[in-house]
Amino acid sequence: MRGRMWKLAIYLFLLGFILNLLGIVTHVVVSSFAKRWFGKPLPPAFTTDWFTYAWREFELSHVLFITLFIALAVVFIALAIGFPAAYVLARRNFNAKPVLLLLYFLPLLIPQMTYGIPLATTLYGFGVGGTVIGVILAVLVPMVPLAVFILLPFFEQISFNLEWSAQMLGASRLQIFRRILLPLMLPGILTAGLLVLVNTISNFELAFLLAGGGSQTLVVALYYNVFAGGVRPVYSIDAMAVIYMCTVMAVLLVALRFVRPTQMVFRLDGRRN
Amino acid sequence: MRPSRAYAGRGMADSIDKLQMSITKRYGGKVVLDQFPLEIVGREFVTFLGPSGCGKSTALGIIAGLVPPSDGEIHLNGRRIDDVPPEKRGFGMVFQNYALFPHLTVFGNIAFGLSLQKRSSEEIDKRVRDMLGLVRLAGYEDRYPGQLSGGQQQRVAIARALVLHPRLMLFDEPLSNLDAKLRVEMRAEIKQLHTRLGLTSIYVTHDQAEALSLSDRIVVLREGVLMQVGTPQEIHDRPKNVFVADFMGFRNFLDVTLGKEAGGMIEAGFKGQILQARARDSFHPGERAVLAIRPEDVRLGQSGDGVNVLRGKVELVEYLGREQEAEITLDGGARLWVRSHEKIVLGETLDLTLPADKFVLLRRE
Amino acid sequence: MARIRSDSRSELDLVAILCLTPSLLYVLAMFVYPFLYGIYISLQPKKRDAGIFSNYVAFFNDAYQCNTIKTTFMLALPTTIAVVLVALFLAYGMRRGIWFERTITTILVLPISLGVVFLSEGILGFYGHNGWLNQLLLAVGLIQNPLELTHNSIGVIFSLFMQNFPFCFLMLLGYISGIDPSLESSARMLGAGPWTIFRRVMFPLIAPGLIIAFALVFVMSFAVFPSAVMVGQPAGSTRTISIAAYQQAFEQYDMSYASAIAVIMGLCQLAALVVIVLVRRRMTIATTMGVGKR
Ligand SMILES: Nc1ncnc2c1ncn2[C@@H]1O[C@H](COP(=O)(O)OP(=O)(O)OP(=O)(O)O)[C@@H](O)[C@H]1O
Ligand SMILES: [Mg+2]
Repeated sequence: MRGRMWKLAIYLFLLGFILNLLGIVTHVVVSSFAKRWFGKPLPPAFTTDWFTYAWREFELSHVLFITLFIALAVVFIALAIGFPAAYVLARRNFNAKPVLLLLYFLPLLIPQMTYGIPLATTLYGFGVGGTVIGVILAVLVPMVPLAVFILLPFFEQISFNLEWSAQMLGASRLQIFRRILLPLMLPGILTAGLLVLVNTISNFELAFLLAGGGSQTLVVALYYNVFAGGVRPVYSIDAMAVIYMCTVMAVLLVALRFVRPTQMVFRLDGRRN
Repeated sequence: MRPSRAYAGRGMADSIDKLQMSITKRYGGKVVLDQFPLEIVGREFVTFLGPSGCGKSTALGIIAGLVPPSDGEIHLNGRRIDDVPPEKRGFGMVFQNYALFPHLTVFGNIAFGLSLQKRSSEEIDKRVRDMLGLVRLAGYEDRYPGQLSGGQQQRVAIARALVLHPRLMLFDEPLSNLDAKLRVEMRAEIKQLHTRLGLTSIYVTHDQAEALSLSDRIVVLREGVLMQVGTPQEIHDRPKNVFVADFMGFRNFLDVTLGKEAGGMIEAGFKGQILQARARDSFHPGERAVLAIRPEDVRLGQSGDGVNVLRGKVELVEYLGREQEAEITLDGGARLWVRSHEKIVLGETLDLTLPADKFVLLRRE
Repeated sequence: MARIRSDSRSELDLVAILCLTPSLLYVLAMFVYPFLYGIYISLQPKKRDAGIFSNYVAFFNDAYQCNTIKTTFMLALPTTIAVVLVALFLAYGMRRGIWFERTITTILVLPISLGVVFLSEGILGFYGHNGWLNQLLLAVGLIQNPLELTHNSIGVIFSLFMQNFPFCFLMLLGYISGIDPSLESSARMLGAGPWTIFRRVMFPLIAPGLIIAFALVFVMSFAVFPSAVMVGQPAGSTRTISIAAYQQAFEQYDMSYASAIAVIMGLCQLAALVVIVLVRRRMTIATTMGVGKR
């Protein structure tokens, strides 16, 4: 009996959490379609005008392009330099390995706001602050380690013997890489790529600190408009928020076909892997 | 907090007279135990024997109260105990992986149940130390489970359950994680403790040697269905069906058609030959049946009267140390396993005698 | 290629070093160097004649700045306690598996993926003065005047909760369901009821994970920025330390002072971590001794 009550309490809480989340999301969606909405449960009239308004006024085509460009660049670079590092960290033993692992883990552990300000200072000093390159360079700081730590267990799953037997069969190192490691690592690369993609699109702090006028990502642009509340109609801001949500959800839906949801919280759970 | 234990203060005298049950357990639609009947009297050592996945642990869990039965009742000394939660049944249990609390020392583990009963610290100290002596672990009080060998962990697990003087001890494959030598040693220790302390025990295993050496009675299970209950000798010598026979080491099963019965013997037609076997009730002439015999009961060479002699060629020889076991293809094409001290040479043709009184007559399935 | 894995021999050959170099250089150049550089310029105040610690002195002498530490702490601590307690309660209750596990975890992951900016915008609407919640409560008659749930610290704590709870929950769920279930069964067989099992068996085993979760949530909450600005009152009751740092950097253009504040923020987080680690040491000396079965 007591066990039942306990279970019930748990499910009620979860239900509450989910309803609340649903409410939050739905409110934004409803508001984005509202002609005017004040103090009523539902807006009296609906319109899609705010989307065209937002698209035009906030230059969303440009913002979306910038966002995707940054995201893809980050994914590509993070994988390109994370992959070989993960290979070595998974396969080789050396004295400095624990230190190295800790070093790679720190950008995931320390809040981005804490190291973001000195990082921004440095990048502005190099003259890349406020540019697309600056944003890419900054966002890569946590994303390279993220890629490394996602790829690591995938490498560990691939048996040493596979590489050795390929070697015994006369394969060179390049051939081993191309014909054994790469195909076997595809799921890992996919997982890492998708998670880096989602995290980059929704990354706020670093993109915010580094973005200038022409290099705002979608979420940064959204923030500025919410922050400047009152300048634009709230419905148009919500329309923008919906566009942002759809972008993230699209990537997320693809990601969830290949990735366990719990892998999403990896970045703070990494130590146990 | 609620009162910790209904049977607190109970001594050894308060053991069980009789445990009766008949239970069914389903997981989803799958029947894991099908009206599994059991009756145990005090001071008995009963073993559940069966292959992996046959429902032994489930049955034990139901007796312990850890697994709710789907159907059926459990009675202890005539009182129904289905609703009594495990912590109030006063049973002890030893788990396959020992389940020692990693954050407590050996002493803390063994004292755990006593401290829940709010015993005085002097009493706890004395009983834990006595128990440590009993399982030969004196001096290990302050070790953590991670610092003990498998056999030592096992003994702590047993001590932890025994220190509460359980009315019924439940062992779930307690030796399966140990190496072969330690297994034999520990099984002797368990049997000794059982006798010395006057326990009532149920023991789960899939090892027939363990079951034979420990038990007063063995319960053989197959996919949740009771196959046979009996003393080790009954199970060993007179299995009731092919499954039990196979499990108890009968390797040869001859499909026969029964003939006429005379003087306690019955004729069995096997591939055109007539074999003699001891007759059993409820088998009738004309019926199709199975004759089972162990490899070690098959004799090499002709017997005096020429009864039950088969001829075959040696196909395979396995060296077993003192003996060898050989697979022989009979003239009719059937195969027979033979075990013998005498040397068997691969490829030779042999006469084999199958003693009539070693045959067990079973129903064909 | 080294064939034998040995602890004594380093297996770093040229290829391995080449593989590591790009990422290592990146982390060193973009993470370690800025950190050190931040500390360095924080000691080079804008005003030429000031002493090297003058930024820090200024921070602690200026109540307006210095109070941000307290403000941030008062936001981060309640959030962390609430998140960890609720997550522990739920994860413990669900340790034997839950219905619709994948669906539930997917839904829980949503707020993490959507990010705090979107979430804050939604909270402003849903919990705002004229939001659905207030409308509902007014209609039902539970309240007479709308509740003020946004543009104050309640809103920020709420937003932080939504952001941090899922990750804490999923982490604890993984941790707790990894504990051998037969430990619980054996405690029951020894006479322990549900509460005793939690207190004497499960909690000591969960504690190390719980402390890590607590530390991570606290550090994350301590750096709160967007939700403090959007759903909070950035000029007043929720002016957190990261807002102070941001304002110095991008509104006053005093990178030196901004870096000093960032360093102070980092030190606060470090101090919290140290305290938490010390607590953990004391609590769990025993559990580090190893786990029962081999
Ligand atoms: N919680 C469960 N849910 C569904 N099926 C279960 C569950 N527990 C056990 N089973 C099934 O019940 C059957 C009996 O399981 P049980 O653990 O009793 O076997 P066992 O005889 O103890 O085997 P082993 O010797 O391997 O321990 C198995 O087929 C198992 O798959
Ligand atoms: Mg079992």
